[in-house]
Amino acid sequence: MRRERARDEKTPVLWMVVHGVIASAVGIAFGLVIEWFPEQASTQAGPIDHLYDVLIWTSVPVFVTVSIIVLFSVRNFKMRPGEEQLDGPPIHGNTRLEVIWTAIPAVVLVVLCSYSWVVLNDIEEAQANEMRINVVGQQFAWTFEYPQAGGKPIKSTQLYLPKDRPVRFYVKALDVIHDFWVPAFRMKVDAVPGIETKYRVTPNRLGNYPVVCAELCGLGHSVMRTTTRVVTEPEFDKWIAEQKAPAAATADGEVDPTKQLFAEGTGAATACGSCHTLADAGTQGQAGPDLDETLPDKDAAYIEESITAPDAEIPAGFQDGIMPKNYRDTLSAEELEALVKYLGEVAGK
Amino acid sequence: MVAKLRGPGMTRAALGTALGIAISYVIIFIMRSWYDLDPVIDGFAVLELALFLSPIGFLIGLGAFDYWFYWAAGKKTVADDHSSHGAHSWRDYFKVNTDHKVIGIQYVVTSFFFFFVGGLFAMLMRAELAQPGRQFVDTNTFNGLFSVHASLLIFLFIIPIFAGLANYVLPLMIGAPDMAFPRLNALSFWMLPLGGIMMLMSFAAPGGSFASGWTAYAPLSVVAPEGQVFFTIGVQFAGASSIATALNFLATIITMRAPGMSFFRMPLLVWANFSTSLLVVIATPFVAVSQFMVFFDRSLGFNFFEPVGGGDVLMYQHIFWFYSHPAVYIMMLPGFGIISEILAVKSRKPIFGYRMMAFSLLAIVVLGFTVWAHHMFVSGMQDWIRVPMMITTAIIAVPTGIKIFSWLATLWRGVLHLDTPMLFALGFITMFTLGGISGVLLAIIPVTIHVSDTYFIVAHIHYVLFGGSLFTIFAGVYYWFPKMTGRMYDERLGKLHFWTTFVFFNATFAPMHVIGVQGMPRRVADYAEQWAGWNLAISIMSFFLGLSALLFAYNMIASWRGGPRAVSNPWRALTLEWLVTSPPPIFNFDAIPTVVGGPYEYGVPGAVHGVLKGAEIPQPAGATASGAGHGSSARDKE
Repeated sequence: MRRERARDEKTPVLWMVVHGVIASAVGIAFGLVIEWFPEQASTQAGPIDHLYDVLIWTSVPVFVTVSIIVLFSVRNFKMRPGEEQLDGPPIHGNTRLEVIWTAIPAVVLVVLCSYSWVVLNDIEEAQANEMRINVVGQQFAWTFEYPQAGGKPIKSTQLYLPKDRPVRFYVKALDVIHDFWVPAFRMKVDAVPGIETKYRVTPNRLGNYPVVCAELCGLGHSVMRTTTRVVTEPEFDKWIAEQKAPAAATADGEVDPTKQLFAEGTGAATACGSCHTLADAGTQGQAGPDLDETLPDKDAAYIEESITAPDAEIPAGFQDGIMPKNYRDTLSAEELEALVKYLGEVAGK
Repeated sequence: MVAKLRGPGMTRAALGTALGIAISYVIIFIMRSWYDLDPVIDGFAVLELALFLSPIGFLIGLGAFDYWFYWAAGKKTVADDHSSHGAHSWRDYFKVNTDHKVIGIQYVVTSFFFFFVGGLFAMLMRAELAQPGRQFVDTNTFNGLFSVHASLLIFLFIIPIFAGLANYVLPLMIGAPDMAFPRLNALSFWMLPLGGIMMLMSFAAPGGSFASGWTAYAPLSVVAPEGQVFFTIGVQFAGASSIATALNFLATIITMRAPGMSFFRMPLLVWANFSTSLLVVIATPFVAVSQFMVFFDRSLGFNFFEPVGGGDVLMYQHIFWFYSHPAVYIMMLPGFGIISEILAVKSRKPIFGYRMMAFSLLAIVVLGFTVWAHHMFVSGMQDWIRVPMMITTAIIAVPTGIKIFSWLATLWRGVLHLDTPMLFALGFITMFTLGGISGVLLAIIPVTIHVSDTYFIVAHIHYVLFGGSLFTIFAGVYYWFPKMTGRMYDERLGKLHFWTTFVFFNATFAPMHVIGVQGMPRRVADYAEQWAGWNLAISIMSFFLGLSALLFAYNMIASWRGGPRAVSNPWRALTLEWLVTSPPPIFNFDAIPTVVGGPYEYGVPGAVHGVLKGAEIPQPAGATASGAGHGSSARDKE
């Protein structure tokens, strides 16, 4: 049998509204003070971060409302001694309330979705004067190709971007799915074998920012990182010019095919420079050991074994299973021999 | 010995397993010599076939198919053969048993075994992640740990434990003597541990366990080492178990309700399992297909997901998520049911808006099939599908919101009994709201483009599945513990378990939102130096969270062995399972109950949900509720 309880008579809505408003204000302030995002380095970052702030403004009051009602109920409607056999009032529902809490969230969500759609169109909008860069993902390195009008594209394991120039990335994968993500730009897309995926950014802040693989791609997933350098337009042009006169060119202008093989790979073999740093070839990969440090004072047999049977000996701090084991198949005997010779000569120089 | 080998049981099951392996050798030998392949016996080929055949041999040996075989062979069978019904000693729990109560306990105990194994893997991962760089495990092991952790906790814990709890209480709640298909029920259960053991065995495979995540995205899963097939095939057994159970629930709910129990007199737990079963029956075949396709790609050189051979990589994700998004609701709706039961009983009030609670479940079922591609916003699929999926994803928050607000209104002006099940229910409401909010954030495409595949996702899924599903599981296990074991659990330990879980759960997972948005990718053994502080803090908190689970284990084991005896209806609840003794008699009801009213008429003078005719069973608390006589609960009568 139910009995009305004395403390039920006071309507507590005011108490809850006051506490709710205070808690929401504190919660929103807290949510906005947290440094959620990494630095903003693209024109896409601003609208996304702002959208996130709007979501904090809307989310915190929802959570506060639910929590306040729970906490208030616990405070006021807790069973007190002597009420062990008491029941609450048999309220079965209230159509008006149910309509309200169906309609209001629906309206709020539709408004949020509409705003997000606007932001989405904004950040994906085509820009005039877009520069195309091809991004190729493979276990466990990125390669970037800068197409050149009327010539071979420039291939690099480093990503240089001129500030304020819109870029469109065309992303491909050679083996499994990867994901090309620059957190400072906020944008990402999977690199999918068999199709080409795309996205746009306009870098607007000078500096170096991490490039991260965001889709689990195997053993080396967590080391599949590199750096993007946002530079001024003149610096970028200078870098492109350097790449055009390839680092692989010897003093007399001839291209050293082995150096090129190291830096860019072949159709079948993954480029060594994607993962290894070697000053002579101008590569700065970090997934594997720095060859300028590990290879000097090593003999040819050791170098050859490191290429064809990479897990035979692993330098401290690195682990086995990450470097492809198929170089004996993907490189011709001549290429392999030339590569061993080249590494013996230039490592550490 | 011969008798042992002939009769159903573990001995014959071992023989069946061995036979399955032997037959695999023979088939591979015949097939490979037919095609002139060298070598004639290929270890991996045998292994892959044996992973299918030896579990089937085990099930046949155990006796899961005996009745059907006898029937098919024209031997004499008794339709009402109850020889394998009910448990008289602990040994009966290791047999094919047709009693839904035995099966329910088999499910719950098995699931909790995998819960603790999966949790242990999480502890190992957090130990590795406490500092950047590599400390305890290599990357391959780490990737294996998070893959097996997720697979076990999804396929071997959350999904089956809900099936187990419902197996125990659902037939009681609708006044049925058992499930509609008791033998199928037994088979469903026994397929489950096979899937789990297979996933654990993968650590012994050459190249380590499967390490491509529980999502097993192709083509990584196609080229992965042999451990992957332990997942590919293990999921088939867990999935088949799940589908068979769902069919069983549907048939049971539709055909076996007690007289007077119309659909709108069903407890919401029954509604929740009805909805979940619809999801399982429609969606689970899709995950089976996705894994079969991976299996065919790996083992038979098909090219479903190999672009060079004309395959399509994104197809895997579409098929996979067409199951795996509804799976989120498979892991949530039964919990909604549990919470509705507990809140009504512990607030001593009817559920607010009962019909809307039922309809919102069905709305979630329908909408749940229209949102899968929100997992693929950055997958490279066609652009236009993203906005419609954003809108459906956001809209699914509306029926979910209806449930949350109705629960809050149920609390309002009630008489709240703040014991352990209620604390977990209230914890669930707040934590699940947070998980729901981050879910809406993840519907918003521009935000998701940045945070997908980061720790924000890890935080979100744990707020939904830990703060959501697991809290409801704890609530449900505490709530029905007296009914299932006939003993009371230790209330003080239960409350301590709640508070430690609640605090350390938040301390562990809340910071993950921040490091995720800052840019820390998930599924990495190593990470950039800038997150070292956060990760150390998260790891320490997670160890305390792990310890809090031990409180639960101790409470359950100690109380089951020596807790005070439970009365029929310790909570003064109205639903039918509380009309019978704790634990219930072997065939549940000595007389079929008649349902005469709604399930949650608390506070209505003289209200009764169901009555047992002509039995000397204690009357329901509500039946005697009139004036001062209200105090005569079942406790007083015993």
